Amino acid sequence: MKTLKDCEKNQKVRVVKLHAPKELKQRLISFGIMKEAILEVIEYAPARSTIEVKVGKMNLALRAKEAELIEVKPI
Amino acid sequence: MSEIEKKACPVIAKHIKVALVGQPNVGKSMLINSVSNAHLHVGNFSGVTVDKTEVLFDYKGYHFTVVDLPGTYAFTDYSIEERVTHKYLCDDGYDLIINVVDSTNLEKNLQLTSELMSMNKDIVIALNMSDEAQKEGIEIDEEYMSELLGIPCVKTSAVTKEGIEKLLDSVVSVGEQERQESKLIFSEPVEEEITKIVSYLQKHKHEASNSYRNIAINLLKNNKKTYTRLHDDPIWTELQPILIEATKHIELHHDSDDVKEAFAEEYASFNKGIITEVVKASAVQEKKTITQKIDNILIHPLFGIPIFLFFMWGLFQLTFEIGSIPMEWIEALFGWLGDTIGATIANEDVRSLIVDGVIAGVGAVVLFVPNIIILFIGIALLESTGYMSRVAFLLDGFFHKFGLHGQSFIPLVTGFGCSIPAYMSARILKNDRDRLLTLFIIGFMSCGARLPVYVLFAGAFFSAEMAGNVLFAIYIGGAFLGLIAAKILKLTAFKGADEPFVMEMPKYRLPSVKLIWHTVLTKTMMYLKKAGTFIAAASMLIWFLSNYPHNLELEEEFASKIELASLADEKKELSNELAVKHLEQSYLGTIGKFSEPLFEPLGFDWRMSVALQTGLAAKEVVVSTLGVLYSLGDEVDEESGTLVDAISKNISFASAVAFIVVIMIYLPCLAASIVFTREAGGIKYFFYLFAFTSILAYSLAFVAYNIALMFS
Repeated sequence: MKTLKDCEKNQKVRVVKLHAPKELKQRLISFGIMKEAILEVIEYAPARSTIEVKVGKMNLALRAKEAELIEVKPI
Repeated sequence: MSEIEKKACPVIAKHIKVALVGQPNVGKSMLINSVSNAHLHVGNFSGVTVDKTEVLFDYKGYHFTVVDLPGTYAFTDYSIEERVTHKYLCDDGYDLIINVVDSTNLEKNLQLTSELMSMNKDIVIALNMSDEAQKEGIEIDEEYMSELLGIPCVKTSAVTKEGIEKLLDSVVSVGEQERQESKLIFSEPVEEEITKIVSYLQKHKHEASNSYRNIAINLLKNNKKTYTRLHDDPIWTELQPILIEATKHIELHHDSDDVKEAFAEEYASFNKGIITEVVKASAVQEKKTITQKIDNILIHPLFGIPIFLFFMWGLFQLTFEIGSIPMEWIEALFGWLGDTIGATIANEDVRSLIVDGVIAGVGAVVLFVPNIIILFIGIALLESTGYMSRVAFLLDGFFHKFGLHGQSFIPLVTGFGCSIPAYMSARILKNDRDRLLTLFIIGFMSCGARLPVYVLFAGAFFSAEMAGNVLFAIYIGGAFLGLIAAKILKLTAFKGADEPFVMEMPKYRLPSVKLIWHTVLTKTMMYLKKAGTFIAAASMLIWFLSNYPHNLELEEEFASKIELASLADEKKELSNELAVKHLEQSYLGTIGKFSEPLFEPLGFDWRMSVALQTGLAAKEVVVSTLGVLYSLGDEVDEESGTLVDAISKNISFASAVAFIVVIMIYLPCLAASIVFTREAGGIKYFFYLFAFTSILAYSLAFVAYNIALMFS
């Protein structure tokens, strides 16, 4: 299973499924990270601890630990 | 704009109470500011408005009450602010909703709009930031959008003030009309289930104020309020199985085990439909935006953090370098003021009260206004440009190691300005443990009121070139201590699972000069007001405590000694000695002497001990106390004009270091302590904080004192 955490910088991916617990899932959805959404990895923070992704027109920062719960496939 | 006036509420006018709702950082507060000329705090990161604020104004015979609610992405009750907003919207204390959306990011913003639409309330949509959208080549057909949603949509811009009156007109006309049924349409499977429930309700002639469709949607969405209302109804026994069946179908259709997720997806596809109909974006979008270009540098994995540190260093350099220029003038001004006013007062005691008490005390605080202004400008820039979130992004990994959340960075930086808003902004942290932890260490971020103490001591013990660096070191040192304290607390008192970090990175915006000017002005005026009222009163009290009781015996003894002395120098020395003796036996001297043994291991004399204790009220009082105490003791010596000289003469380097350490760590001012107690949710937390900071301050000051002794 490929997750957002494994993506390269500037890669565009499509969300397949959210494996997050309920509350985090709601949070992600409220930011637009849901099934079929297209994400683009913009930047990694030092030590790849945090990832900046683009969802629609918004940029979002996520921890690697959360990114791991987002199943994606490349497009 | 002439028709909009700020007025007290006239009794006869018609009232409209509007709830201002929108996602974070879409310019709600700024919009309300431009509508009513109110002055709410505005920043460029999510969560500037942490509590609801009401603004009143009149427009076309209507009396408006606009309630500015904290931004919320969705009704998830995730953070305190979201709970504030959600609760307010669910209670019926308002007439209609103005939903403020960011025109440059309509799709995301409409997600909240759809949730609002299922609430059965009147809504007006403000397509805000339309000027920015235009620049980005985004065209929105507002009329078609109004028609499709069944909600009036008005293009507005808080910056150019475009569309503000039109928005208010729409609010008025919506308030006068009958409510329309929401035009929210779902996918076929969901619509089918809705129809089933609606026809069931129709069959049983269920009585309700909402439409059946609205009830059906809310039931399917698992809306608590609708659930409880129907739960006690006799039809529930039959309705419940229908509902369970329907939910199952919907979840199956969306391949999800969470009906909320399913509905979010429903909304998203509805919104996508709306967007394709009404938004025309020019194709040149693929070019790199300015934000991306700036981010390539500012959040660079390697250079990002050094750049941030450089900015902070620069800020403190400026604070000291530029801030020290007008200091001489202010000092001269207050010296002149003291002399001039002093000359007009005949009574010796009153003269001393005014000159040595009030003017010396207030002057010592006002002296640092230039420093404060520069610091506030720096923080305002950080807030309004959008850089704050970048730093949170860069530092999250690092913060995480210390048990802190990346978003803790925002209250922590605010803490450099003032602890009070910092405590309030800690509300953006959802998890109570994270929030408490952050609250506990905000005090380690030295606030603006401590700056005067640092500037004073840095100026007294270091050359002008070094003083800026020393200042920077003090601030960074405090921040690091805070991190270590956080780690200790996380491992002991606040153990628990980590909170996820999901944060929006807003677009960079050029800070508006007006906005910065306004923020800085308000904060500076607050500082000055404090100097004029609280500090002046405290100075008077300290003056009194340091002048009384009069000891006649002592005075007479010295009077005769002075008379006997022949040389002018000798006379001066004797009267100087009298002043010191007098001070030592005053009330303040007694308090100081009483607590001196406690502070002796840190190398403090009784005057410093007193200053620390008065500093519990406010940190500015530390400076004014020192000002009063040293000016009384030394005033006879005409050579040492300034407090800086008095300090460098009377206090050893090691004691000064220990003093700074205590100031850095111990309890912030009284007002901040009150806010802390409120935000933490109990007086017991205040005692924890008091014990924690006092013990830490004392032990670290002890260590620092002894280390400094070895080197000096």
